[in-house]
Amino acid sequence: MNNKTILSVENLTLFYRMSNAVVRAVDGVSFSLRAGETLALVGESGCGKSSMANALIRILPRNVHTYSGTVQLDGTNVMQLDDDDFRETVRWKQMSMVFQGAMNVLNPVLKIGDQVAEPLIIHNKVEKHKALHEATDILGTTGLPDDVIERYPHELSGGMKQRAVIAMALIMKPNVVILDEPTSALDLITQANIMNLLKDLKRELSLSYIFITHDLSLASELSDLVAVMYAGKLAEVSDADHVYAEPLHPYTKKLLDSVPTLRTDKKPEFIPGAPPDLSEPPPGCRFHPRCPFAMDICKAKVPELKKQNGDRLVACWLYDKEGRA
Amino acid sequence: MEHNGVAVKIRDLKMYFARRSGLIERRYVKAVDGVNLDLYTGETLAVVGESGSGKTTLGKTLLRLYTPTGGSIEFDGKDITHKPESELKWYRKVAQIIYQDPFSSLNPFFSVYRILEEPLIVHNVGSQEERKKRITETMHDVKLEPIEDFARKNPHMMSGGQRQRVAIGRALILNPKLIVADEPVSMLDASVRVEILYLLRGLQKEHDISFAYITHDIATVKYFSERMATMYAGRVVELAGTRQVISKPLHPYTQALIEAIPDPDPTNRHRNRNVPAGEPPDLSNPPPGCNFHPRCPFAMDICRGKEPTLEEVQPGHRVACWLHTEYDKPRA
Repeated sequence: MNNKTILSVENLTLFYRMSNAVVRAVDGVSFSLRAGETLALVGESGCGKSSMANALIRILPRNVHTYSGTVQLDGTNVMQLDDDDFRETVRWKQMSMVFQGAMNVLNPVLKIGDQVAEPLIIHNKVEKHKALHEATDILGTTGLPDDVIERYPHELSGGMKQRAVIAMALIMKPNVVILDEPTSALDLITQANIMNLLKDLKRELSLSYIFITHDLSLASELSDLVAVMYAGKLAEVSDADHVYAEPLHPYTKKLLDSVPTLRTDKKPEFIPGAPPDLSEPPPGCRFHPRCPFAMDICKAKVPELKKQNGDRLVACWLYDKEGRA
Repeated sequence: MEHNGVAVKIRDLKMYFARRSGLIERRYVKAVDGVNLDLYTGETLAVVGESGSGKTTLGKTLLRLYTPTGGSIEFDGKDITHKPESELKWYRKVAQIIYQDPFSSLNPFFSVYRILEEPLIVHNVGSQEERKKRITETMHDVKLEPIEDFARKNPHMMSGGQRQRVAIGRALILNPKLIVADEPVSMLDASVRVEILYLLRGLQKEHDISFAYITHDIATVKYFSERMATMYAGRVVELAGTRQVISKPLHPYTQALIEAIPDPDPTNRHRNRNVPAGEPPDLSNPPPGCNFHPRCPFAMDICRGKEPTLEEVQPGHRVACWLHTEYDKPRA
């Protein structure tokens, strides 16, 4: 695929203000995504994955300390838009999001059809019956029967609710969809069915996904690119084939080693220690306290995300020999 | 299969919950419906299934946190099925549970020391000095170190993995013979999961504890259990050595569960997974015959009419499926 770049993020930063500290949840993150491609954003919990999603779609809490950087979406820097413009022209229309724990996202007292059609009625001022018609179509695309528009959330199973939430994210025909742990509350077989649906939708609608998960196995179900996040920064960004076959960053290696596999006999190994407190990240490379290869420079100087081995990006002093000198 | 005796013997166990529908009509949710299972001494038996399969209810019933609707449970040869609570105090000591969610299973107002002391107080074990020694030993066992620091902490000051260590410590402190671990790592990060499972595995071997590992995660089952029982809609549908099941699952439901689990492999993105549609049935109104037939790709006429029973179709491999038992039956 040599499609055009649809999303280009540069130096995206999101810090939160706490009572006596600043939490550096997203700390200067850059990546780009081509149309029709999926970027998986992986890492342990507390590494800033969900904050990154919130920063991209600008759903922010009140205690934001810093929110900066550029987000080029289809050629426009949407960071320059004010909140009203962002809501009217970007959110749901160009970029939408499927939230974690979909079972709790739906309003229990509204019919599914009304909820899915709502953005059309509010944003596009479409008449209600037309909007419901479109809602039925998009719900059908996600594999739900027509009569589902007349039903309430509690009448649906977990998998069906998740399909409805996906339909809601698609109704304004966005190009980019952020999936934040879209199957975390679902059963295994239901999860596999939802992943199948996401694969089909990606192909049929040539969607670009940003797929957030802590599960590298699940990430491989969808991702063309894998971005590994650690303590608010990206450690490695590479195409999926290379990341899984030959991870570069020590954290990526450790993360892959920790995955129990069903079809190989590799013994899973855990990563000693825990991710750092993001209000007081360690100096230098944030992974150095847990890294088996840590050198002196790792403790002192922050490595930058640089090109290695072709198109792969890695932020690690093991590879950045010039920077080390 | 060789084993050192049976710790828990479950026969035709039934656990129904009453659910009112309408004014008068009562319906029963058959959460566990005719389960036969032996848990061998010192083994880990994984109980695998989706939510609503009855695996948690099975675990709680065998701990007698519920009083069964029917069938029997024996522990070490003693029948505990209908014993009143007053006669179960010894069982409360030897049989313990580790819950899924370390965020809600620990008292937020207690320090780690107090959480671990509580079972000793309840069961009136030892003097204050002896308790302190036992708590220190246990904290060392579950690697809550430095002990002094952790003893003072409250649950909210710890990570999920550390909290789960406290929960494990609490289960261990009375030297139990049986532990039911209900999804003990599903709320934890992938990297911490294996760490906790190795810890549990080590402690189980060291103290020769019989372990029921309830989970939906077959990938971890492979490393941390000897045998595996697959549950679907209140019944055990397959039971055999874990590696035997994973290398050659016989029940279509087990096959689907295994197919549903991805390994980290970038070629996964190019193909869809071959899994059945639909979700587990309503347990107050299960389908006739085999519970799985509405989702089963191989369903035959007999599956819709008659319920298959768990039969040994290969040495040490039991399955409840007409694909495998129908033809073997005349020979038996």
